[in-house]
Amino acid sequence: MNPSDQSIYWIKGGRVIDPYQDIDEQRDVFIEGSRLINNPDESFLRESTQVNVQGAVVSPGLTELQAHLREPGETHKETIASGTRAAARGGFTRLVCMPNTRPPCDNPGNLRLIHDAIERGACIDVFSTGCMTIGAQGEQLAPIGSLKNAGAVALSEGGKCIQNNEIMRRVLEYAKMMDLVILDHCQDYSMTADSVMNESIVSLKLGLRGWPNEAEDLMVARDVILCEKTQAKVHLQNLSSGISVDIIERAKNRNIPITAEVTPHHLCLTDESVQGYDTRYKMNPPLRTEEDRQRLIEGLKNGLIDCIACDHAPHSEDDKDMEFSYAPFGIIGLETSLAVTLTELYHKQGFSLLQILKWMASVPDSILGFEPKAIKAGNYADLMIFEPDTTWVPEKDGFLSMSSNSPWIGKELKGKVKQTFYRGKVVYE
Amino acid sequence: MELAQNWTRKHLIGLEELSREEIEIIIDTARSFKSTFEREQKKVPALKGKTVAQLFLEPSTRTRIAFEVAAKRLSADVVTLLGSTSSQKKGETLKDTALNIQSLSADMIIMRHSAAGAPLYLSQYVDIPIINAGDGAHEHPTQGLLDAYTLLDCFGSLDGKRITILGDILFSRVARSNIWGLQKLGASVCLAGPSTLVPESFRELGVDVCYDLKEALVDSDAVMLLRIQHERQTSTHFPSLSEYTRLYGLNKQRSSWLKKDAIIMHPGPINRGVEIDSDIADAPNSVILNQVTNGIAVRMAVMYLCMNRNSRVQAELPR
Repeated sequence: MNPSDQSIYWIKGGRVIDPYQDIDEQRDVFIEGSRLINNPDESFLRESTQVNVQGAVVSPGLTELQAHLREPGETHKETIASGTRAAARGGFTRLVCMPNTRPPCDNPGNLRLIHDAIERGACIDVFSTGCMTIGAQGEQLAPIGSLKNAGAVALSEGGKCIQNNEIMRRVLEYAKMMDLVILDHCQDYSMTADSVMNESIVSLKLGLRGWPNEAEDLMVARDVILCEKTQAKVHLQNLSSGISVDIIERAKNRNIPITAEVTPHHLCLTDESVQGYDTRYKMNPPLRTEEDRQRLIEGLKNGLIDCIACDHAPHSEDDKDMEFSYAPFGIIGLETSLAVTLTELYHKQGFSLLQILKWMASVPDSILGFEPKAIKAGNYADLMIFEPDTTWVPEKDGFLSMSSNSPWIGKELKGKVKQTFYRGKVVYE
Repeated sequence: MELAQNWTRKHLIGLEELSREEIEIIIDTARSFKSTFEREQKKVPALKGKTVAQLFLEPSTRTRIAFEVAAKRLSADVVTLLGSTSSQKKGETLKDTALNIQSLSADMIIMRHSAAGAPLYLSQYVDIPIINAGDGAHEHPTQGLLDAYTLLDCFGSLDGKRITILGDILFSRVARSNIWGLQKLGASVCLAGPSTLVPESFRELGVDVCYDLKEALVDSDAVMLLRIQHERQTSTHFPSLSEYTRLYGLNKQRSSWLKKDAIIMHPGPINRGVEIDSDIADAPNSVILNQVTNGIAVRMAVMYLCMNRNSRVQAELPR
């Protein structure tokens, strides 16, 4: 036993894949206390807890850029404690939580409520964001500077979109001055009134109000144009439309400082899934067509889409179990994000594990300027161990999240997290 | 009666999932029931002792009355819950409302709801048959069936017939049920109306889409007019009712473009002078009121079949 009650782990026989250092090699990893060390001495090896991980991958913990943790205000859906445990199960050691809490996080006082909850309940890193406008109403600038001083790492409207272009321009100018990244959800409201699913032959058949791609494309174009003008850093959340990818391509060719993410579900599912009016397939933006899905994958491949984020959006069963048109948008994702991504991008599309870990760990970190979680001596031991070939089936009652609104229940996924370490402590196994 | 024996469905949600044979079973059964309509005693004892619950969460008069008449002619007891008076106003969920109805020992639910998919959703929770009486813009299967019945009465067979559906297709559940039903029976379907209400992508369902009224009507054996639901989409989807009338309203001159023996149909309620001129609505080739009568027979057939699925018992069908 370790007398100092410090964690001492010898993680043996694993394949270390580190997207921060472009490493993919067999080697052991050593944890002493909260940090990684090299060249352990004999007493370390003798006293360490050996974790045999042959056949598994050891990698830095993942980073999620869009988690709706619902605390404060909707703690029947999720809390920071339950959400971070769900995240740890999914291999995440770092989350960025969205400001659409109740009350919304549009001032330092409300931010303090969130930080208190983080200190009380989080088992991994949680970074908070502030609203761009008061109440995320899109009308009046929030106290962005005060939010930053109080610890907000970025700005977001939490699944809403500022419709007024003048306000958006000023938000970007102000954010540029404060050196804060804007995390924007692109949706033109005038084109999506009462819309509940992608506008396509499927929506025509089902008689559901369609949500056209253009509702996203127009706002992506708007953001690109304002981003070029203001040179603020804009990160586009959960892209769903193939045309949006084309718009980003033009922006990147002009060196506009814009980045973008896509969710695992938009990479794997299409609007065909909505056929049974199952509300677990109702999300914002909606699932699109097979062509869009292919273009999103292509966009990742070409570097036009920078990273993957799951848009973890818990809703209670009572909220989701109703008529499709009335149910809220959103699905949970933290516990399945890596597995779904591995199933589609690694097993089906043949992308490398190193590449996938870049999309889920190092790139999200660099977008928000977070410390790299590289596996090297002196760094915090924020690690996860996963088996890329192990299959499992998510079950409704098996989630650590307080909600179970997942389209993956009952579906076989390939790739499973075995253990997650945060600062040297096992937070999931 | 072998018809019920070949009918296996508990619920009627839409015509999309029905086969041609199933549609024909319903229509044959409806014919049997219709033969009783001229009798002194119109009631048949087919659903005697059964309770039919009408759950109408969206305003409807004619469909509700038609179902009620049909249920009563089958000797069923009928209870009706309307959206304006039901517990939904008090915050009860649709699922709970339906489970309560089931617990009242109702044997069947006839359901009208403004949300597409609501009957399918409920059918996963209740054990009794659910008949869709219209769900949002999704389907209105008994309307599609009564339209098919009416057309078959006129033409004998729909193979090779061309039926034009004219008006607000985008928001119409009637159009969708007819697109499925009529094509399954061998007809070709043409959708006509302003482009904002008749998206091109409907072609993927196998139909023609046509914005020129003359082109749509020439060669058509029937035209089915849909009411413009101006309470829904006036401002964004078309300029005005009078412009609609000018471009697409059916008048004497335009109806002359139809084939010689073509018929004129409308699911009602009709807006005279908007989508159809009075003299056309009342013309000899208008079958609008036949549709209403056939609607009773078709709904009797649907209720009877869903209640007696797989039945080997010689049911009390009229001969």
